[in-house]
Amino acid sequence: MRREVPIAVTFVAGILFLLDYFIKIPYVSENVVGQFLDWAIIIAAFALILGAANLLRIHIQKIIKGKKEWWNSVILLVAMFVMAIIPIIWTQQNAVYTFLFKHIFENLNGTMFALLAFYIASAAYRAFRIRTKEAAVLLVSAVVVMLGATPIGAKIWSGFPEYSSWLQTIFTTAGMRGIMIGASLGATVTALRIIFGIDKSYFGGQ
Amino acid sequence: MLEEIIVVNRLVLLGLTVAISVALLIAIRQAKKGKKFFIRRIAGLEAIDEAVGRATEMGRPVHFSPGIASLSEETAAQTLAGLAVLGYVARLTAKYDTELIVTNRMPEVLPITEEVVRQNYLSQGKSENYNPDNIVFLSDEQFAYAAGCMGIMSREKVAANIMMGAFWAESLIFAEGGFAAGSIQVAGTANTHQLPFFIAACDYCLIGEELFAAGAYLSQDPMQVAGIKVQDLGKIVAVLLIIIGTVTTTCNWPVICEFLARFAS
Repeated sequence: MRREVPIAVTFVAGILFLLDYFIKIPYVSENVVGQFLDWAIIIAAFALILGAANLLRIHIQKIIKGKKEWWNSVILLVAMFVMAIIPIIWTQQNAVYTFLFKHIFENLNGTMFALLAFYIASAAYRAFRIRTKEAAVLLVSAVVVMLGATPIGAKIWSGFPEYSSWLQTIFTTAGMRGIMIGASLGATVTALRIIFGIDKSYFGGQ
Repeated sequence: MLEEIIVVNRLVLLGLTVAISVALLIAIRQAKKGKKFFIRRIAGLEAIDEAVGRATEMGRPVHFSPGIASLSEETAAQTLAGLAVLGYVARLTAKYDTELIVTNRMPEVLPITEEVVRQNYLSQGKSENYNPDNIVFLSDEQFAYAAGCMGIMSREKVAANIMMGAFWAESLIFAEGGFAAGSIQVAGTANTHQLPFFIAACDYCLIGEELFAAGAYLSQDPMQVAGIKVQDLGKIVAVLLIIIGTVTTTCNWPVICEFLARFAS
């Protein structure tokens, strides 16, 4: 029963959503499918409680056992509770919450995103080292595309923007479309395998 | 009346979905009768054994991320494909007594990753080695999750970093974090804009459809392998459609394009 019930639920929900995408049966589309979507939102909301419980359990244990760098766990839990409790009691428009969100959270988020610039440089350096023929092709293409996208490239040679555009519209687009066709077929077959109960790996079995 | 019920501009997709479903059922029937399907070698999946082996030799943990997609959007199939790989990784780490750390961004994926890892430890008779504290939810915020993963990779000095699922801007942060920690990295995603980052920064990369084939490839379950054959069949149909489209457009014969514009837009 532990396996049969989830497989049956997956089959019913999967077929229902699949059919609803192609055929709109008035009552079913509005009420039954809509009801399933509401359930999904409610389950996701409860799952967030599970996530918070997981964080609490792990970090309280760290603090109690005095594990290495336990003070980081204290900071995490305090931040989590402050950011959760303030908007619940005083709404999200509260001055303290707005201050914390704008001046701490947004800056931290922006910092992580900004790191990408440096990581792109270091990853590019490693990828562009000419060790194989493919790496050499990658380097030449990258230089043409980069020079084509900058004003200095057009100053050096007027052909750079043209060849850069040619590489991107012909080779990159063709490659991307090929990968997308393969991935779309893969996703469709994976979804059907799960709906029909052939793939049960999400239970932990083989 | 019929046009009110049937979504006309999805008719071609409906036909293709029905065709793929029928082909899948036929392939499964053939697999049940004992027909063996061939799958080419996928280097990225072979490398998982090497990565876990390396972690075992070094006595350091393996980090696994199932991506950052939820289970209720179009990228959910990537998360589920990643979970199939997680099952295989968990079996290997259980077998070799290696520590496995699984980080989650989406809270609804957390109970599934817990169950996948627990069941696979049980299947190897190593339930006592299963540590629930190593299956962690970090944050549902994209960059907070990325920061948490980087911290874990750096502090725990992970020897293998396996990332399978849907990734977005954080993909390179993960890959560079793993590189800085000195880990062997195996990644897989079907998000085309993130693939270049993984290819540039990781040791092995599963590209698009390879991620979806991973579960079948690793389990060698004939019924799942049959699904990969259906994917190949779909690719043949796609190639034929591309040829037909190219020829008809070149000959200035718009019938096919007009048909697709009406029924597959």
